Amino acid sequence: MSDRRRPLSPHLQVYRLPITGLLSISHRITGVLLSLALISVVYVLACIALGDLSYQALQQQMISWLGKLIYVVFIYALVFHLCHGLRHLIWDIGKGFNRNQLTRFSLYELFASVVLTIVWLSLSF
Amino acid sequence: MKLCPHHFFQSATGHWKFQRITAVLLVPLSGWLLVLFQLLFNASYTDTLSWLSKPVNNIALILWMLTVCSHAILGIQVVLEDYVSDVSWRSRLNILNHVWFSLIALSGLICLQLVFWHGGL
Repeated sequence: MSDRRRPLSPHLQVYRLPITGLLSISHRITGVLLSLALISVVYVLACIALGDLSYQALQQQMISWLGKLIYVVFIYALVFHLCHGLRHLIWDIGKGFNRNQLTRFSLYELFASVVLTIVWLSLSF
Repeated sequence: MKLCPHHFFQSATGHWKFQRITAVLLVPLSGWLLVLFQLLFNASYTDTLSWLSKPVNNIALILWMLTVCSHAILGIQVVLEDYVSDVSWRSRLNILNHVWFSLIALSGLICLQLVFWHGGL
């Protein structure tokens, strides 16, 4: 048991994850990224609290192509995390576990996350 | 390992419930964050300040900040439990996790209060 070189199961370089598995690990990755991004929300709030000049500087950063790119990634990560989170709540009430539903709900979830992101971004820019 | 039922974050059931409660609360509360971001792209400083100074918006963002940081602490704790095999490192990183997100929440609340009571600095 102390051998740390023992093989992983399933072997992630060989095993092809089903779409539910891919969405599950993506949910976790987006969760970690969004948690790390909370520091940027504090930065935004600090810029507002510091006054007009720092607010204008923040606005310049946000309307730059890099600012917009970061915002698009942030919004997609947030919306995707929300959609998969809602699916976890459906699983929590004991529904949606058979194979057809798993694949179908995965596609709904991806579709909803893309549509909601596009709708929101069209309102923002 | 015996879990202490009085410590919410240490009890597996408490952790599970609190993760779900914060997730459900974040669905409506995150709407306020999105509106704030939309203002940042389009509105003047006066308009953003006036929106943030309304009690309903300020309180909603305070609640969002507290809820999202709790949700992040719980989520990162699970990630640490799954991927950090060394127990003492896992414990140290989990303390760092609690301290980091508590500081984030505190900093966010201070900024929101500065805007609410003083209209910024």
